[in-house]
Amino acid sequence: MSLTFIFFTVLAILAIASAIVTITARNPVISALSLVFHFFMLAGLYLTLNAQFIAAIQILVYAGAIMVLVIFVIMLLNLGDEEKLKEKFNLRKVIAVLLASVLIIQFFLIYLLTRSGKIEIAENTAKLSTVQSIGQVLFSEYLLPFEAIGLLLLAAIIGAIVLAKRKLT
Amino acid sequence: MFSELQLGSSLILISFFAITIVIVDALFQKNKTVGFSYALFGFILTAVASAINLYQAPSLIIPLNSENLITKGMIVFGGYSSFFDILFCMGAILTMFASREYLKREYHEYTEFYSLLIFSVSGMMFIGHANNMLMIFVGIELMSIPFYILAGFIRTNFKSIEASLKYFLLGSFATGFLLYGIAMIYGATGSLGFTEISKSIASGINSTTILVIGIGLIIVGLSFKVAAFPFHQWAPDVYHGSPTIVTGFMSTAGKAAAILAFMIIARNLMPEKIVSGKFNFDTHTLQNIIAWISAGTMLVGNITALVQKNVKRMLAYSSVAHAGYLLMGIVANSQLGWQGITFYATAYLFMQIGAFVIVGLIERGEENNLNIEDYAGLSKSHPMLAAMMAMFMLSLAGIPPMAGFFGKYYLFAAAIKSGFTWLTIVAVIATIISMYFYISLIIQMYFKDRTEKELEIKTGLGLISLIICTIGVLLFGVFPSLLLDLTRQCFQLLG
Repeated sequence: MSLTFIFFTVLAILAIASAIVTITARNPVISALSLVFHFFMLAGLYLTLNAQFIAAIQILVYAGAIMVLVIFVIMLLNLGDEEKLKEKFNLRKVIAVLLASVLIIQFFLIYLLTRSGKIEIAENTAKLSTVQSIGQVLFSEYLLPFEAIGLLLLAAIIGAIVLAKRKLT
Repeated sequence: MFSELQLGSSLILISFFAITIVIVDALFQKNKTVGFSYALFGFILTAVASAINLYQAPSLIIPLNSENLITKGMIVFGGYSSFFDILFCMGAILTMFASREYLKREYHEYTEFYSLLIFSVSGMMFIGHANNMLMIFVGIELMSIPFYILAGFIRTNFKSIEASLKYFLLGSFATGFLLYGIAMIYGATGSLGFTEISKSIASGINSTTILVIGIGLIIVGLSFKVAAFPFHQWAPDVYHGSPTIVTGFMSTAGKAAAILAFMIIARNLMPEKIVSGKFNFDTHTLQNIIAWISAGTMLVGNITALVQKNVKRMLAYSSVAHAGYLLMGIVANSQLGWQGITFYATAYLFMQIGAFVIVGLIERGEENNLNIEDYAGLSKSHPMLAAMMAMFMLSLAGIPPMAGFFGKYYLFAAAIKSGFTWLTIVAVIATIISMYFYISLIIQMYFKDRTEKELEIKTGLGLISLIICTIGVLLFGVFPSLLLDLTRQCFQLLG
C-alpha cells in the first residue's frame, strides 16, 4: 500500500462524508462549513494527482472567495427558521437530479473509454498544471496583462474604500 | 526604428500616475487642490506623450518581432491607439474641470474621484492598445470597475447607489458572457492574439460551431458594454442615477472605449481575404447581425427619448441611440467605417460632455431642476450657457456646421459604400426622430419664459471645459479635414 493510496482513501472518505453532511444538515451554517471542508478535501485530492495549481486555485477561489460569499448571504438573511427551509417536491430538485446523473454518466464514459484505450491523455497534461509552468508563462508571455491586473486590483481596493468609508463632513 | 518604451510611454505614464496619486492623496489629505492638480497634470502629460507618439508614428505599428519585445506582441503602438489615448485623456480633462465645482456643491469632493478617473482612463488606453483578447478583457474590466464605483459616488443619494449596484450586477454578468466567448474563440482558433485569430479564420478552421458560439457570446457581452439594443436596458437607469459629471464621462469616453473594443474584435473576426474551400465562418452573417443590432439601437434609443420629460434621462436615451450610429462603422467593416467611428467618437465626446456639464450646472441637489421646463428662459438669464447648449443640441442632432453632422455623414457614407443602404435609411429616419427632442430643448430655452425665480449658476472651472467643448464642436464642424486626414492615417498599417 503506497502512501498516495492511503492519502487518497482518507481524503476521499472525508470528502464524501462532508458532502453528505452538506446536503443533510438542518442548520445552513453547518451545511456551508462542511462544504468548505469538502472543498479542502477536494484540493487534497488534486494534490495527489500532482495538479498543484488547481489545488491552490480550488482553495483560493472555492474555499476562499465563493464560500465567504455564501456564508455572508446566510448570515445576512438570518436563516434561523428551519421550517422555512423545508421544501416539497419541486422543479429545482428534478433538475439537480438530472444534472447529477449527467455528471455520473460522464464519469463512467470517460473511465470506460480510457480503459479501452479509445481516448488518450495528452502527454503534457501533467506538466501543464504545475505552478512552475503556469508561472513561467505568466511572467514572460503574459507579463503585461499580469501587470494590468495589478492596476485593476488597486482600483478595486480604492473603490471598496470609497464605498465603505464613513461619511465625511 | 521606434523604441518600444517610447511608444508605450503613454501607457507607462498613466499607470505611474494611477499608482502614485494614491500616495499623493494620502500625503495631502487636507488640501484637495493638490490631488486635483496632480491628476490634471498626469492627464495632460499623458496626452502630450500620446500626441508625440501620434506625430512620430501616425500609422499603426503591429509588433511583428514580438519575441524581442517586453510586451510580447500583446499591444500595438501608434496610429488609432495613440489617437484614442489623446481622446480619452481629453474626456478626462474636460470632466475634471467640470467636476471641481459640481463635487464641491454636492459636498462630496473626495480626491478618490480623481484617482478612480485615472484608473478608468488607463483601462480605456489598454483597450486601445490591445492586440490580444486577454488585453482587451483586462482593459474593459479596468475601465468598468472604477465606473461602478463612480456611479455610486454620491453615497447619500438613493438613486446613485441604485445605479451603481445595477451597473455592477449587470456588468459582471456581461463580463461573464465576454469571457466565455473569448474562451470559446481560443478553443476554436488556438490563440488569443488577434493576428493569429484573424489568420486562422481567414484560412478556415475545423470547429466552426465553437467559433460561432464564441462570437455570439462575445457580441452579447460587447453589446452590453456599449449599451446596444436589446442589452441597453441598464443604460438609462445608470446614466440617470449617476452623478451628472460621471454620466458625461461614462457615456462618452466609456462608450468610445467600448466601441473601440467592439471595433478591434469585429475587425479581426471579419478578415478581408478569406480562402474559400474549407468551411469558413461567413462574415456577411456577422455584419448583418451587427447591422440589426445597430438599427434597433438607433430606433429604440431615439423613440424612447421622445417621451422623456427629464433632460438627463433624455440625454441618456439619446446616448443609447448614438451607440447605434457608431456601430454602423463596424457594420461597414472598411477603413472608411473605422474612420467614421473615430471622427464621430471625437465629435460625440465634445458635444455630449458639454451638454452634461451644462445639465450639471443647472441641476440642484437631488433630482431638482432636471426637467425640460426648468430650462425655460435660460437664454435671457444666461445667454452664454443657452447658446452653448443650443450648439451642443444642434450638433447631437446633426445639423451641418457642427461636428456631429460630419461624423454622421462619414458613418452613413461608409455604410452605403459597404452595401448597407437599408441601414442608412433607418439611421436617417432615427436622426429625424431625434431632431424633435433636441430642438424642443432649444425652443424651451429661447422661446419660453421662466415662471419661477432666476437660477444662480456658478460655473467656476466648468467654464474652461465648456469653452473647449464649444471650440471642438465648431472647429471639427467647420474644418472636418483637420481630423479626417489624421484618422485616415491612423488606420494604415506599418509592419
